[in-house]
Amino acid sequence: MNEEEKEINNQGESKTPSAKEVSQGRRDALKAIATVPVLGAMAYGVYRKKKSETSNRNAAEMFRFRSDVAPYSSTASDAEVIRVGIIGSGIRGTQLMHGLGFATPQYVQGLIEQSKANSANTRFQDFKEQEDLRIVITAVCDIFDVHADDAVKAGANIHREGVGGTMGPTPKRYLHYQELLAAPDVDAVVIASPDHWHGTMAMDAIKAGKHVYVEKPMTWTVPETYAIRSLAKSNPHLVFQLGHQNRQIEAYERARQIIEKGLLGKISLIETGTNRNDPNGAWVYPIHKDANPKTIDWKQFEGDPDRIKEYMDYMTSAGLSKYVGPDSRDKFSLERFFRWRCWWDYSTGLSGDLLTHEYDAMNQILHLGIPSSASSSGGVYFFKDGRTVPDVLQTVFEFGDRELTMLYSATLASQFNRSRKIMGHDATMEVGNTLTVTVDPRSEQYRKQIDQGIVKPGEPFYNYIPGKSVDAVSTATEKYFAERGLLYSFIGGKRYNTTFLHLKEWLECIRSGKQPSCGIDRGFEEAITAHMGTRAYLEGRTMYWDKDKEEITRE
Amino acid sequence: MQSTHYNKLQRYALLILRVLIGWYFLYEGLSKVFTPNWSAYGYLIDSKGIFAPFFVGLAENPTLLGITNFINMWGLTAVGLSLILGLFTRIGYIGAMIFLLLFYLSHPPLLFADYILPTEGSYLWVDRNLILLVTVAVLMLFPASREVGVDSVLFRKSR
Repeated sequence: MNEEEKEINNQGESKTPSAKEVSQGRRDALKAIATVPVLGAMAYGVYRKKKSETSNRNAAEMFRFRSDVAPYSSTASDAEVIRVGIIGSGIRGTQLMHGLGFATPQYVQGLIEQSKANSANTRFQDFKEQEDLRIVITAVCDIFDVHADDAVKAGANIHREGVGGTMGPTPKRYLHYQELLAAPDVDAVVIASPDHWHGTMAMDAIKAGKHVYVEKPMTWTVPETYAIRSLAKSNPHLVFQLGHQNRQIEAYERARQIIEKGLLGKISLIETGTNRNDPNGAWVYPIHKDANPKTIDWKQFEGDPDRIKEYMDYMTSAGLSKYVGPDSRDKFSLERFFRWRCWWDYSTGLSGDLLTHEYDAMNQILHLGIPSSASSSGGVYFFKDGRTVPDVLQTVFEFGDRELTMLYSATLASQFNRSRKIMGHDATMEVGNTLTVTVDPRSEQYRKQIDQGIVKPGEPFYNYIPGKSVDAVSTATEKYFAERGLLYSFIGGKRYNTTFLHLKEWLECIRSGKQPSCGIDRGFEEAITAHMGTRAYLEGRTMYWDKDKEEITRE
Repeated sequence: MQSTHYNKLQRYALLILRVLIGWYFLYEGLSKVFTPNWSAYGYLIDSKGIFAPFFVGLAENPTLLGITNFINMWGLTAVGLSLILGLFTRIGYIGAMIFLLLFYLSHPPLLFADYILPTEGSYLWVDRNLILLVTVAVLMLFPASREVGVDSVLFRKSR
């Protein structure tokens, strides 16, 4: 008998209880607790859900990794100061200077105003707080006066201030890059010139005893690729870094571990590509209003005579004269100066500009090395502006030893998103800033888990989101944010720019004597691979790599 | 309050509605409690409309975000328990309405608002949060469901 019934009975003694009142009391008690069983149902549901999540977690156990990416460490405040020279301060050179922590007061002012107009815009704060890499810009060289002046102003803006701020010492401007390389107050150079100058400037820098950070692609001609490799290898004390900042993407390291563990099964096909759909993406860059023969050193732009000879020798001997020019090399042209990527005379086309990023990413993840063959096709299909390099390109690389194919497919006239895929017999991994692994319905490795219903084939099974400690089962929200690059702020961690990280790695190697992630061997592989793709396109036939002789051959 | 006589069916319908809304809140709360490192950050920074700066401000201040997360996890759970058990239902209703109002204001279904997180269904100015908000108000104003639940004992009118 419960308390309430007792109470009712007591009342009954004095008031003579009626059967009706007793039953009323029972009913009241029942009404008070009638909905409690609902909680039981909820508890049961939650228990079932947790249980199924746990079994999914167990299935994801095989995707757990002990070694994680090395934690981020800041440059010591008493680290040796490195004196840096900038060769080439156009679009990319300016971005690299930002990565190093230097920008013109006008640029910083723009950031300040953006943050004033919109408090959600933190670009000024981010730039201001970007780690001090302990460098000084002592020298700059650009053959367009406006770009050179801007680089000087940026180099002097050591406190990252807006217009009217306090400036530091002004870097010296050199008119010729050779003069900059001869300067004793330069320890290291960052090269962001047009493609036809990359190899030459990097080699001259090594000869002058400077550490080198050079933008991709490493070389413009095939012969210089061998020359720069032997020169860099005979100067191992000078740190050489090729500008593939994708080396710093955390997810790629995890992708490498997943493949190393054999979780995708045998990999037979890799799909990569580039999709852009705007003039800027198609290299139709703006022409500066102050650009003219007086403000541009056209003679220096033309290129190094040895390189030009190598280029012309190949183009002539392979019967490719239609791809040369069409303007004569000594004829001043603003279009060719600002939009040099559109002509083979200075450019390496889609192969050198964008295929190299995709290839280097896959080389980083899969250690592919140089392909055994390459074939290409494409054409100038959309940007009929007189360019000689194609705006649509497909290149297929065969890796005979690895028994796999890597496809590169690009258009500059559609930006439909196509993910990078590494396709294995057991699972396919999509690689971006995040990783997604989808198990194949016909997988043998995961047969048991598929049959038990633990793994649902065809549905994303594993997601890796960098910086997150629990990486197996993540919520839909996180995936949405990760895919849109909002990830770092979402996880509460700090967001880093990969160009900054890549430059930082180079500077750290200069101080410590270690080898950077994209050194001369990776550079050689990147350059040869790109050249094979380019030659296959130009000649319209398959190019092969003779591993023993280290030569690109036609059969 | 003017006494109204409901028939049995009307009273049960209102009771079921109260319990179901409670269930909805309770599970929203528990699912957050059971998700490791759950945070309202993503939802808050995706806010749109004239109140968006307020919600984004909550997300960007670590202390306020911590408080917001705590209130979401345990507040939703408490509201759910309150409505299911019929315990302090008046406070539960008011809590539920405050939550729904905040959800509605942070993610108003405006003509051109484009949210990162997808919503099931199509809405124009009126969405499920708003409808639920009014439903809770109706429940509070027609308290027939109060007969079932702990409150019926706690607040029993002396006979």
